[in-house]
Amino acid sequence: MALKVRLPTILRPYARGQSTVEAKGSTMREVIADLEDRYPGLGSQLLADDGNLHPFVNVFLGDEDIRYLDGLATAVGAGTELSIIPAVAGG
Amino acid sequence: MTVEAVTLPAVLVPRDVHDAIVNHARFCTPQEACGLVAVDGAGQLRMAYCLTNIEASPTNYTLDPTEHYRAMRHAERHGWEIGAVFHSHVNSAAYPSQSDVAGALEPAWLYLIVSLRGAEPELRGFHIDHGTVTEAQLALPSAWHGRRANGT
Repeated sequence: MALKVRLPTILRPYARGQSTVEAKGSTMREVIADLEDRYPGLGSQLLADDGNLHPFVNVFLGDEDIRYLDGLATAVGAGTELSIIPAVAGG
Repeated sequence: MTVEAVTLPAVLVPRDVHDAIVNHARFCTPQEACGLVAVDGAGQLRMAYCLTNIEASPTNYTLDPTEHYRAMRHAERHGWEIGAVFHSHVNSAAYPSQSDVAGALEPAWLYLIVSLRGAEPELRGFHIDHGTVTEAQLALPSAWHGRRANGT
């Protein structure tokens, strides 16, 4: 299933500067793997060494944070929009 | 960290945006306050979103991600985009800390910092691009109206 993925500025260089790309997959994990296939380096930026979503990366499926759904096992429907938002932090 | 002194056009800070930032900072004291600011197509600051600091810390902040997302969507519905982030320094100067510089991921954003250290809040703005801090000139409401904040 194809869906639109909105990228933050910091990840756009991996996608040739595009702010929005398309990806396919039936779960979030598959979508991230597909992003990595299409744009090498992009998918891996989203994952920590243990294979889980990086703690500084927030992913919204529609209006929902996937951490409050089923994480990387969250099912993805056709036509849904994914927004990747890096944590904004400082001191 | 390097600091560059360059002359750029002043960023107008509307009174409602300024007051929202300062009031949120005061309200959250002794914790750091934080939020986002929407800008329009001309780069004008349009709306401050006062968000939750999920660290609830006097020395660090992280924006609540869900509130961040909602602010972003709200801005987009109005034809704006998020163009600035603000936070408070409760007991230090209005200048980016090392963690502010390390956490600055959006070179195009304006990083606003309000210090509550002095008798009056001090708001300053910076661009932070890969470790390089450049101060942005802010035109604060008191300056716009040709008078100081205390009315003199």
